[in-house]
Amino acid sequence: MVTITGIDFKNPTMLASGIMGTTGASLLRIAGCGAGGVVTKSIGPEPKAGHPNPSMIELECGFLNAMGLPNPSYTEFDNEMKIVRSGTDVPVIASIFGGNAEDFVKVAEGLADSEPAAFELNVSCPHAEGYGATIGTDTCMVESITAAVCDAVDVPVWVKLTPNVTDIKAIGKAAQNGGADAVVAINTLRGMAIDINSGYPILGNRFGGLSGPAVKPVAIKCVYDLYEALDIPVIGVGGVSTWEDAVEMMMAGASAVQIGSAVHESVDIFSDIASGIDLFLQDKGYSAVEDIIGLSHEVF
Amino acid sequence: MKPVDAKIVEIVEESPSIRTFRFDVSFDDALPGQFVMVWVRGVDEVPMGSSYLNGITVQKVGDATSKLFDMKVGDSVGLRGPFGKGFTLPKKDEHILIIAGGVGAAPLGPLADYASECGAKVTTILGSRECYELVFEDRFSSAGELHITTDDGSAGTCGFVTTVLADMDVSVYDRICVCGPEIMMANVMKVLQEKDALDRSEFSMHRYFKCAIGVCGACCMDPQGLRVCKDGPVLNGSLLIDSELGDHKRNSSSQRVRV
Repeated sequence: MVTITGIDFKNPTMLASGIMGTTGASLLRIAGCGAGGVVTKSIGPEPKAGHPNPSMIELECGFLNAMGLPNPSYTEFDNEMKIVRSGTDVPVIASIFGGNAEDFVKVAEGLADSEPAAFELNVSCPHAEGYGATIGTDTCMVESITAAVCDAVDVPVWVKLTPNVTDIKAIGKAAQNGGADAVVAINTLRGMAIDINSGYPILGNRFGGLSGPAVKPVAIKCVYDLYEALDIPVIGVGGVSTWEDAVEMMMAGASAVQIGSAVHESVDIFSDIASGIDLFLQDKGYSAVEDIIGLSHEVF
Repeated sequence: MKPVDAKIVEIVEESPSIRTFRFDVSFDDALPGQFVMVWVRGVDEVPMGSSYLNGITVQKVGDATSKLFDMKVGDSVGLRGPFGKGFTLPKKDEHILIIAGGVGAAPLGPLADYASECGAKVTTILGSRECYELVFEDRFSSAGELHITTDDGSAGTCGFVTTVLADMDVSVYDRICVCGPEIMMANVMKVLQEKDALDRSEFSMHRYFKCAIGVCGACCMDPQGLRVCKDGPVLNGSLLIDSELGDHKRNSSSQRVRV
């Protein structure tokens, strides 16, 4: 078990936002597959259809996607939240987005009565104009939005960070100064692929975000830096597909890991990784998962 | 995989609104019931059940299919696939029942071909609104016995596929493979449930797809969260009991909409 921002998780694996998180039924399915927690698709103030397809392609090194924050809006998602909340004890974290602090507060307040365990603020989507990383690269916006949501809700607030910045520590500190209870790092790295037969960018949005194995070293470095710079927990996400990846992320400083693209291989990945971590701890003689969190900072 | 460049080598007009496009690219490992993502560059990318190893059979319904219908032999699209789970492959001496409605015949054509080639017996109920909308009539009749139904009675039995199905003894079939409009499939499911044949039935579902590779969750069905693009599109009928089939689906914003 691991406790993060006052929430108990039966294991340190969570479903990352944007993956099988649009319906209560799919979130329940992942909860049933052994995830310690589940994070919803990012929910906004208005229904949004997202970008035209292709919206996700598999590359040799990972995945490229530009979904475009499709979501049914908080008013409709409230019902999905109730379905998942009433069907499982696994903590459900509501990921939310907006174009400004007022939007974020409106969505957070709108979903508050469905009692998410925490809110995760998406200030990091790399391909939705006016949302996500447009906000998340600006320390003042990150701090003020975080502060506004923290004022409006009485559950923990996590802030998901973009790696598409010069110094992720500054953005992390802005979230911390705004009152964030934890940061989540990283969202996808901006990327693009072009169809050489026609010259067309493949994604409907032309560019998108890279995830999967290719981004893991970037995520490890971001988590490592944030762990040193901040006083609040860091939740690691980016390219985790095995228990070894999860252990590495935790040694860099992650209190828990989120898993996204790797669901492509199997939805059973959560219990596989959780039991892999447990066996590793036993083999190495660690008494608890806390023993390895940030270990790489202590070995020198 | 990135989309493969596929040049159109043949266009067959199956009906006024349904055409088959054959490409210079063949997905030789595609199984009946699997689908490909068809990228009409600059417009959209849409899922299409493979009707041939190198072909798709398409109804003109939206932007991407309209643009596809403007294309000529020599024009090209991008193809990714084959994706998803297809129909259970028939074995020699098995007897399968195919129930196809409208353009839903597309993924069932290759199943009929496969079944007759491997020595399985095939019976088909092929339905459409009017006689000129019947797809793959010759293909199904050369695979085995064929029952035709049309809503207006312009060919075969006047009525729906369920009109013929209701009077059938389905206990003789090892499997019943279904694809067609959602309301048709929901009605077929009811009949098969009454006949206690649901666990031997397989339905090819259609839902709005985004990623098409089992990651994003846009096509998940209630209440089990089954991904139509990866756990399906072909799902055993027993998985669809009390599901959203025939009731609701999600639009591109993941809002629930009535079927």
